Amino acid sequence: MLRVEHVSFSYEKEHPVLRELSFQIASGERVGLIGANGAGKSTLMKLFLGLLPCQQGEIYAGGVLVSRENLTQVRRTLGFVLQDSDNQMFMPTVYEDMMFAPLNYGLRREDAEKRVDAVLERFGLTELKHRYNHKISQGEKRMAAIATILAMEPAVLLMDEPTTSLDPYNRRKVIQAIGTLPQTILIASHDLDMILDTCQRVILLSQGMIAADGPADVILRDRELLEKNRLELPLCLSRCGR
Amino acid sequence: MSKVSNARAELREMDELSARTSPIHRLHPLAKLLVTLIYLFTVVSFPKYSFSALSVMLLYPVLIFQISGIPARLCFHKLRVMLVLVCAVGILNPFFDRVPMLTIGGLTVTGGVVSMATLMLKGVFALTASFLLIATTSIDRLCAALRQLRVPGILVTLLLLTYRYVSVMLRQVSVMTEAYALRAPGQRGIHISAWGSFLGQLLLRSIDRGSELYQSMELRGFRGEFHYARGGGYRAADLCYTLCWAAFFLAARLVDLPRLLGNLFV
Repeated sequence: MLRVEHVSFSYEKEHPVLRELSFQIASGERVGLIGANGAGKSTLMKLFLGLLPCQQGEIYAGGVLVSRENLTQVRRTLGFVLQDSDNQMFMPTVYEDMMFAPLNYGLRREDAEKRVDAVLERFGLTELKHRYNHKISQGEKRMAAIATILAMEPAVLLMDEPTTSLDPYNRRKVIQAIGTLPQTILIASHDLDMILDTCQRVILLSQGMIAADGPADVILRDRELLEKNRLELPLCLSRCGR
Repeated sequence: MSKVSNARAELREMDELSARTSPIHRLHPLAKLLVTLIYLFTVVSFPKYSFSALSVMLLYPVLIFQISGIPARLCFHKLRVMLVLVCAVGILNPFFDRVPMLTIGGLTVTGGVVSMATLMLKGVFALTASFLLIATTSIDRLCAALRQLRVPGILVTLLLLTYRYVSVMLRQVSVMTEAYALRAPGQRGIHISAWGSFLGQLLLRSIDRGSELYQSMELRGFRGEFHYARGGGYRAADLCYTLCWAAFFLAARLVDLPRLLGNLFV
């Protein structure tokens, strides 16, 4: 579903952010993208979405090469949940925000509304439908932001720190919601407990390269590997002394 | 609450007012926009000494306030600064135009005073009508109406995004002023020496924030044209509303109704 082939990228020539990165993500897979600050996670996300030009190598999303010419097709395949929901929810109400993408992609208003209702019902968010974005809590806003992207019906979901600044209850709700999604999912996050809960596979980035790629259960239990790459064991594992 | 937070709250309040469900709110936005435009043109077109004829135009805002349930007090509170400016426009007229026009109980009223009062009334009516339009019509329905009037898409999108970005910018100002105040206890406002960097930072942050918002829109298929909620078709009631008000405004403009009514009793 996602394929990265020998991708390199740098903002300044002397300091490459990504170096010769290659990996694939199969359809339906849930992958956690982890790494210390500056490891290249956000840059990789932006490359997937065509927000940054691929300087070297190739990226394919749903079999389509990510390039300027194919951006519309690529962005229909990929749904991106931003770290800051305030930047994602720019319409006055949740309903208007959720209608935004389906209408842009040519759906009739009635069909778009049906789709929005279905997504809201599926996540138990129907009561948020006509609420103002500035009047809902951070947790509700994050759920609404995910619902907004799901209303696009993307084949792949890219998420940037989906649990940041959420209280434990809302964090749990978001984790449960991610667990029910049928899409291929790539989550960039420092919340390793959440990654352990939601992803089968983990890609560990370090200084723009893949330091490890394998089952979440194995990589996230490897204290030495994590500490070497400026990370720590997930709290749930370190507390158990495992 | 700081002035910036107040401004943000007022913007949100306008959104909430426009989401009410009175008969005026339910009208087609195009009908409301047309009536407002006709009203504005009519009000502006009154001659400078037609104070009594112009006063009939008060009927429109009074009725709309009543039917829509929007408190008039709120309108004048929100427009307080603009109203003062508008009223200041004609303040010099009495000094230049000293021709006596009428006498009330031995007091001579000059042309300057009448023209000043007319000008003030025109300003107040125009502002009130614009406020009522915004308070009874959400910004995207208003934009939809503008598009139906064949206003270029780029201008309408610009209007909508400016409206949205104002609150984004105000949020940045709010965060920055709070951060400043916390490190400058006892100081009122922002010291003049900090204004340069403050404005520079504000510009950079607003650009960043604006770029992120725009990226979010692009990633959801935005190609420069909003799909506005049209709010149903233009019904007979909307047509009736437009025609009735247009006829009334035309009558008020062509016939001095207060004088006509006065003549009936004299």
